[in-house]
Amino acid sequence: MTNEELKTQLSIIHTSLTFEEGGEWINAVVPATEWKALALHLRRHGSFLFDYLFCLTCVDWKSHLTMVYHLTSTTARHSLVVKAKLDRNRPEIPTVADIWRTAEFHEREVFELFGVNFTGHPDLRLLILPDGWEGRFPMRKDYDDPINMIKL
Amino acid sequence: MDNSSTIQKPFPGQVHPTAGGGVLISKLDDVINWARSNSLWPLVFGTSCCAIEMMSTAGAKYDWSRFGFEVARATPRQADVIIIAGTIVNKMAPVLKRLYDQMADPKYVIAMGACATSGGPFFYNTYSVVKGADHVIPVDVYVAGCPPRPEALLHALITLQEKIKSGGKRERIDIDGNKLGKAD
Repeated sequence: MTNEELKTQLSIIHTSLTFEEGGEWINAVVPATEWKALALHLRRHGSFLFDYLFCLTCVDWKSHLTMVYHLTSTTARHSLVVKAKLDRNRPEIPTVADIWRTAEFHEREVFELFGVNFTGHPDLRLLILPDGWEGRFPMRKDYDDPINMIKL
Repeated sequence: MDNSSTIQKPFPGQVHPTAGGGVLISKLDDVINWARSNSLWPLVFGTSCCAIEMMSTAGAKYDWSRFGFEVARATPRQADVIIIAGTIVNKMAPVLKRLYDQMADPKYVIAMGACATSGGPFFYNTYSVVKGADHVIPVDVYVAGCPPRPEALLHALITLQEKIKSGGKRERIDIDGNKLGKAD
């Protein structure tokens, strides 16, 4: 499907989606609570078949966090970006590790670096950071290096 | 710089020709240091982009084997010098320490580039980088640059040779330090 066709199809199946313009891919913004249902649909529905989650990351906007999922279909050859806004004080979103297996490690990484809680994740613990690190999130904008800190 | 006096330093000592051979007069320490400095075996160790420059230094164009460094070893037990080519992160620090401990004496360390010297671009606001490899193991020669050019690494290697030839090593510095301490 072309981007325009994708956008039309998505608007039909999921009315609460909003779209951001600009860029190579279409950006769909979804409420965090509805992400799981949308993800299942995107993976399984015959006209989407997004079988490959090729990027899962998070952005700290200081006022809130945004989860960003890059999806593509190896059969239908179309791509999509889904974003979900999270509360910075209590970031929580359902896991998609059961839909795209690759998300298991990516979500662990976002968990340790941004502190996002992925509900339903099978094994949510630190991935790269040393043991006992819990409670500090290095990729958040307000993270301070205890030894050498400069503020801009 | 007068290269003939430093890089091409002749064998330390005097040779007196006699019938049927010759007599060599030298100091054993000088001979040992001369031998050590000209057959330094580096450890194959690189943690980031400095390693690319190190490989280039080993390659045909710069060819560190001209100075006796060609026998790069993949095990610390056979290596004399470790070139810390790249960033040392907190998780790598114990590994680096262990590699250094496994090297046989005498052993030498070159900190190559900004990261190994001070943490470099990761000095401020990092959660993962050791701010200089000398927090983990003692360093003999530091090289500036990000990354340093192969010429700079060659200069560091030759500087290390000079240090060894002149008898400079960690133990000796410690002894001198203690003597000064007692004098006080």
